[in-house]
Amino acid sequence: MSAVLQTFDLYKSFGGITATDHVDFTLQRGACHALIGPNGAGKTTFVNQLTGVLRPTGGRIALMGEDITKLPRETRVRRGLARTFQINQLFATMTPLEMIALVTSERLGRGARPFHALDRDPELIAETAEILSRFRLDDIMDQRIATLPYGKQRQVEIAAAFAAKPSVLLLDEPAAGVPEAERRELMSTVAALPADVSVLLIEHDMDLVFRFATRITVLVNGRVLAEGTPDEVARNPAVREAYLGEAAHV
Amino acid sequence: MLTILFDGIAYGMVLFVLGCGLSVTMGLMNFVNLAHGAFAMLGGYVAVLAMQRLGLPFLASLPLAFLAAALVGIVLERLIYRPMYAKSHLDQVMFSIGLVFMAVAGTDWLMGSTQQFIRLPVWLQGRFEVAGIGIGRYRLFVIAICGLLAVSLQWGFTRTRFGSRLRAAVDDARVARGLGIPVSRLFALTFALGSGLAGLGGALGVELMGLDPSFPLKFMIYFLIVVTVGGTSSITGPFFAAMLLGVADVVGKYLVPQVGAFIIYALMVVLLITRPHGLFARARA
Amino acid sequence: MSAPAFETRVRQSLYAGRRWHPAEIAFWLLAGAACLLFPRQSLLLNEIAILALFALSLDLILGFAGIVSLGHAAFLGTGAYAAGLLAKHVTADPLAGLGVGMAAAGLLGLVTSPLVLRGTDLTRLMITLGVALILYELANSFGGLTGGADGLQGIMMGPVLGLFDFDIFGRTAYLYSLSVLFVLFLVARRVTNSPFGLSLRAIRDNPLRASASGVPNGKRLAAAYALAAAYAGAAGALLAQTTQFVSLDVLDFHRSADLTLVLIIGGAGYLYGGLIGAVAFKLLQDAIATFTPQYWMFWIGLFLVLFVLGGREIIHGAIKTVAGRFARLGKGAAR
Repeated sequence: MSAVLQTFDLYKSFGGITATDHVDFTLQRGACHALIGPNGAGKTTFVNQLTGVLRPTGGRIALMGEDITKLPRETRVRRGLARTFQINQLFATMTPLEMIALVTSERLGRGARPFHALDRDPELIAETAEILSRFRLDDIMDQRIATLPYGKQRQVEIAAAFAAKPSVLLLDEPAAGVPEAERRELMSTVAALPADVSVLLIEHDMDLVFRFATRITVLVNGRVLAEGTPDEVARNPAVREAYLGEAAHV
Repeated sequence: MLTILFDGIAYGMVLFVLGCGLSVTMGLMNFVNLAHGAFAMLGGYVAVLAMQRLGLPFLASLPLAFLAAALVGIVLERLIYRPMYAKSHLDQVMFSIGLVFMAVAGTDWLMGSTQQFIRLPVWLQGRFEVAGIGIGRYRLFVIAICGLLAVSLQWGFTRTRFGSRLRAAVDDARVARGLGIPVSRLFALTFALGSGLAGLGGALGVELMGLDPSFPLKFMIYFLIVVTVGGTSSITGPFFAAMLLGVADVVGKYLVPQVGAFIIYALMVVLLITRPHGLFARARA
Repeated sequence: MSAPAFETRVRQSLYAGRRWHPAEIAFWLLAGAACLLFPRQSLLLNEIAILALFALSLDLILGFAGIVSLGHAAFLGTGAYAAGLLAKHVTADPLAGLGVGMAAAGLLGLVTSPLVLRGTDLTRLMITLGVALILYELANSFGGLTGGADGLQGIMMGPVLGLFDFDIFGRTAYLYSLSVLFVLFLVARRVTNSPFGLSLRAIRDNPLRASASGVPNGKRLAAAYALAAAYAGAAGALLAQTTQFVSLDVLDFHRSADLTLVLIIGGAGYLYGGLIGAVAFKLLQDAIATFTPQYWMFWIGLFLVLFVLGGREIIHGAIKTVAGRFARLGKGAAR
């Protein structure tokens, strides 16, 4: 096992409110690591710093042992760190085909070519087709994304992140808002991701977390409260009190 | 030199009265009303006509200019502005440019394209000297009126119930609505007030800025600078922006006349680059 | 479905975006034939072609990259003055002037892009407006070079490609402008269907997701902005060359405002919007000018207001219906 993504003493405050409180975190290669915590624990803030949407106040972030703390978002993607968003962030006027072709063309370094024809690029076509089939988007690839049902849009969201061929995939509440019936299909695609992709999963649904995660970190008030295997975390009294206790009230 | 500075301040004061209504409407409804200058022009023409045709004294024509512009403002707001609030900035800009064009051509048709003048009462003509500074009587009058207006606007904005509701609505219209503040009525009132002030500014400015049908186009950029540089969340921001602009413009045109208006445009671009959220923007997380 | 079969489907689907539609071919044939059909209207046709190129330029940034601008006249003027000055002082060759006009405007676009590409739509509108006004003031102030308010006079143009002399009826002018428009349109068509064009649409739709997909937003937008600026510069160069005159008016605010109306009429984001809009705009202007030469500004203002208030949906509905009918006709003919 080796670390693919690490934070060292990561710290973020918003005008006096500490959102990320000196977090040391390690994601191991091939793991499916869940990050859980009650609402407002700072999970999304943490992910936003990892991906460069927010700049940390202090501390460092390393991807494959290289410091990426100050790199722009798109460079992190090129280095193998892709994400999905809690609220769908899609290209509304595009079709799933176009969106996946876009991500693929950026990854293959075609994006800056103004005279390149997409349909004359066998490599791009093959890889785009592979992603569309893997995420079962082949039947709807020519429909505008905005017109797709929510579950399918969620599928496109994950497919687009995966199309960047990341070594680390951050899934921010992938099942949020997806109806129960479509949830299983969604999570089975997640489970079927190749083993060399390390996944950081942020999820509220404890069923999903305990079914898929190989390791769990509990974040409360921006601080790491506990970390361990699902069994260890489930038995941890501090977690039961701070997290599950609260859930029981809800 | 100090005389020029004084002229610049008077000019800036008028710009403030002209532009402050725009900044509030922009902050409140996030609406870009480029036609704001048309209301100012209306005020200017009303004042001119009131004096020439009705023989009213100058001081009586000023409130008339205010009322006329406010009235037209409230009618237009109800009739045609309202559907625009939900549209994109570009649509709003095109729409209000359309209004400007119509106002320019319409005024040309009604009033002719010649420059309009007003005859100031004798007690406002000429200038006197204090400690070697030449002070125009009319400019002093303008500074006094506009200064008074600025102070009372600031007071109204920060100390009255109307003001606090307005500030709440500017901050977050949705929350304000949830709190039971009648945002739409508030906006109509503010729009009328802003248009009225523009009309008043237009009337006061005839002597300083001139008045012809191209007024809304010529000064559009000035109002926009006041708003974009001054920000939309206070009265003081646009006030200082207007002062800066007025002084820079007058001094610049006096010292280096050949580059003309170039200075203020450059100033705007520089300010917008260095302070994209306005001169006195609150730090946002 | 087997993988190779699916890949073929993907390829076909990607190709569909850039396939030539029969209606497009008809459009260009008609444009070419226009100088035979309306031999007395060559001057008007030339103006239409130039406006269409200018609108195409705005469409590239507004329709495809989502950059709003109120100062596109800056690039038209730069191209016009660059081409005019070149013709006056260096060489009378039209294509050289075209190249220089495009290069000058493109360079200006590249240099100003960092200013324009930051901030919100509102800041963008202000900055583009500010840049155009600065150029206007500069051109006005440096009268020695630009002729100031009198305009740049005394431009003599040589024959196009050394073969076709400009005639007083504007025939050569129209065919020259139309050829330039066509070539640049082909380039734009290619660019918008490329990975680069796809990434611009991505930024327009959702900048956050675009950067999360590996798109360097800033660089792409700067490139698009410079390209569009060069297109506007080409329109300016054509204007200077075919009228043999550059008036200060090329930098005026109303040019930028008119242009936005052109694009609103035709619809942004599908390349033909600017062309159709230019035809409609100029015909409208021509028609209104015949019965009321003054107050054109009033009518244009009225159109703007009506379009934004709801007329646009009606017009675009009508265009779509007609286009749909054309499409069916085209398909029928293809079979």
